[in-house]
Amino acid sequence: MAIFTFKGGVHPFDGKELSKDKPIRDYLPKGEMVYPVSQHIGAPAKPVVSKGQRVLVGECIAEAGGFVSAPVYASVSGTVKGIEKRRVITGDRVDCIVIENDGAYEKAAPICEKPYEEMSREEVIACIRDAGIVGMGGAGFPTHVKLSPKDPDAIDTIIVNCAECEPYLTSDYRKMLEEPDKLIRGLQIEVALFKNARGVLAVEDNKPDCIRLLKEKTAGLSDISVVPLKTKYPQGSERQLIYAVTKRAINSRMLPADAGCIVNNVDTVIAICNAVTEGEPLMYRIVTVTGDAVKEPQNFRVRTGTNYAELIEAAGGFAHEPAKIISGGPMMGFALFTTDVPVTKTSSALLCMTEDEVAKYAPSACINCGRCVEACPSRLIPSRLADHASHFNEEEFLRMNGMECVECGSCSYACPAKRQLAQNIKSMRRMQLAKRKK
Amino acid sequence: MAEEIKEEKTGALAKEAKKEEKAALRSVSSTPHIRDKSSTRSIMATVIIALLPATGVGIITFGPKTLLLLALSIGSAVLCEWGFEKITKQKSTVSDLSAVLTGLLLALNLPVAVPWWMPVLGAFFAIVVVKMLFGGLGQNFMNPALGARCFLVLSFSRYMTDFSYHPGWASADAVSSATPLAEVKAGGAYDVLSMFIGNEGGTIGETSAFALLIGGLILIFTGVISWHLSTCYLLSMLLFAAIFGGHGFDPLYLAAQLGGGGLMLGAFFMATDYVTRPITRKGQVIYGIFLGILTGIFRIFGPGAEGVSYAIIIGNLLVPLIERITEPKHFGYKKPVKAEKKG
Repeated sequence: MAIFTFKGGVHPFDGKELSKDKPIRDYLPKGEMVYPVSQHIGAPAKPVVSKGQRVLVGECIAEAGGFVSAPVYASVSGTVKGIEKRRVITGDRVDCIVIENDGAYEKAAPICEKPYEEMSREEVIACIRDAGIVGMGGAGFPTHVKLSPKDPDAIDTIIVNCAECEPYLTSDYRKMLEEPDKLIRGLQIEVALFKNARGVLAVEDNKPDCIRLLKEKTAGLSDISVVPLKTKYPQGSERQLIYAVTKRAINSRMLPADAGCIVNNVDTVIAICNAVTEGEPLMYRIVTVTGDAVKEPQNFRVRTGTNYAELIEAAGGFAHEPAKIISGGPMMGFALFTTDVPVTKTSSALLCMTEDEVAKYAPSACINCGRCVEACPSRLIPSRLADHASHFNEEEFLRMNGMECVECGSCSYACPAKRQLAQNIKSMRRMQLAKRKK
Repeated sequence: MAEEIKEEKTGALAKEAKKEEKAALRSVSSTPHIRDKSSTRSIMATVIIALLPATGVGIITFGPKTLLLLALSIGSAVLCEWGFEKITKQKSTVSDLSAVLTGLLLALNLPVAVPWWMPVLGAFFAIVVVKMLFGGLGQNFMNPALGARCFLVLSFSRYMTDFSYHPGWASADAVSSATPLAEVKAGGAYDVLSMFIGNEGGTIGETSAFALLIGGLILIFTGVISWHLSTCYLLSMLLFAAIFGGHGFDPLYLAAQLGGGGLMLGAFFMATDYVTRPITRKGQVIYGIFLGILTGIFRIFGPGAEGVSYAIIIGNLLVPLIERITEPKHFGYKKPVKAEKKG
């Protein structure tokens, strides 16, 4: 069996054992629901409800604010309490629609009632757009934009990112095991949109049961294949994944479509299937609640808008006092200073760790060992870039291709001197990106 | 009016902040939130462990005085670093073990016949002049132990080239012959087997090619160094010796060049010093080949039999240049398309 991979990367402790054998459980929210209007990359959605209005499950509460944007749907039935600033996972306070859950879960009409077989290509993409589907791996790029490249005929590979290379996360793993048919159906729907495309399910080889199951299920399908990937972080990074599957390398100025590829997350593809075949908008997601501080690690099917603190309670509360709580995985997730924030379309996990490894070690002098260079999937020299960044030497930073960094954090992870390489590089990148926008 | 709104806003924000202050805020940090287990100290400790076989052979071959020199060298290196940081009011870094390593390497680069103050002076030069004055760990442009060795050779060449010793621990008569490498150069008799085992003249740590090879393999298999640099160094040196040494591909001659002098110690423990070698793989290959050629020139055309120390410190000076020309191409690099010339 050929194993596909890229050069660089690191092998962190994977911690998936904690929650990988826990079947997905539905969680019904108790408290009020909070829906940020910006859960995606692009223009924020525009609220279409007003205070006091009653909404149903699957009713649109904010419409897309532009082409690169996505609508937001209510995931419970109840009354709109208001539109106010609330704290979200990044720590910002943003506009959110707050809904009081009445517990009735009264459903609204499906968003598109036409059967899939009768839909045209444009109607399928419109359905995906109207369902508010965005990349659910973390970035939250609106999916209908990905599916509308300049030259649709140039797309030859649609990759489902089943790598789940972040340690501790098992939400994609559980989905693959529990809903493989929906996953494959969703991929078929995507493949059918492009004349020359084939579908690829790219799975890391630490999930042999998924590879076996998906291979069985796709045995009769000529245009869909299962590709085993080497278990390594960041195998699920878009550029690295495209390279592993197709050997085509793209840089920061290119889009996956430039390499003839479209990459989607597992949850996203299943959401596409739900939207197109059942007319169900995006209002659930799988969240892994895990970490050694949690009593009973679990995988929950959560309605977006649910408060994180409720999920910790649902997982039995804390077994030990957590030193750090992270939304997402330990490599790229956001550390939370409060758990009083809502689950959004892009929340994949809630990780509670008893040890804060960043605070534990003080950064010391760089010894030039080169481990960051070995680890960097973008083939940069992170130690030098971090130096240039902390000296505000923009010119050298750009000359050494600092903008090619994918912010995976492998350099900081590997650094024996415990230097904050990724943090320095990221701050400089943010500055440069902000400058570009001006 | 605008001010009023502003005030109202800050008032609301302050209220919010107060509310949040009451609830305990959890610690946050930028990503990633986990770290690999290896540390500067664990790397230095691995190198020290890898040097133990060679150190052991040195102690057995050269007798009890070796222990005194080792203790003086390591002790003064650590003391110099601690003292310098105390005087300049910096945080002490002796716990990272890099000073211990420098002291050990320096002792392994001294002949056993040197007076007791030589390792002390050498350690002072290595730590204070070469390392701390340039900014401490990671900032020196030259390998501290080798810098000190060259300083001692130039200043006190009489002591540094006295390779007489009392073999073993019994108080037998002193042996005062030339080192095997000098014999190789002079065309005298040499015993390749004893060069590999280490029971003959030389500096404390360089005599046993076999023990150094074990140490080198420890470094490679624990991932402390990659094999590229050392291998390129050794192979290019051998090739140079084969072409210009005047003995062709005579295996005994080449084996003597490989096992004699400081080549093994230099190739596995000195040239691979993180701080003073290029950071990229490609740079390390070029650097290794350059060192091999330079060592060959010094050994074959130079006045002395040795050449490793000078080759490496000259190589150290070229590292920034080598890094400049071997900057890696980033992932997804595309050749810039040249604009079509008009007319």
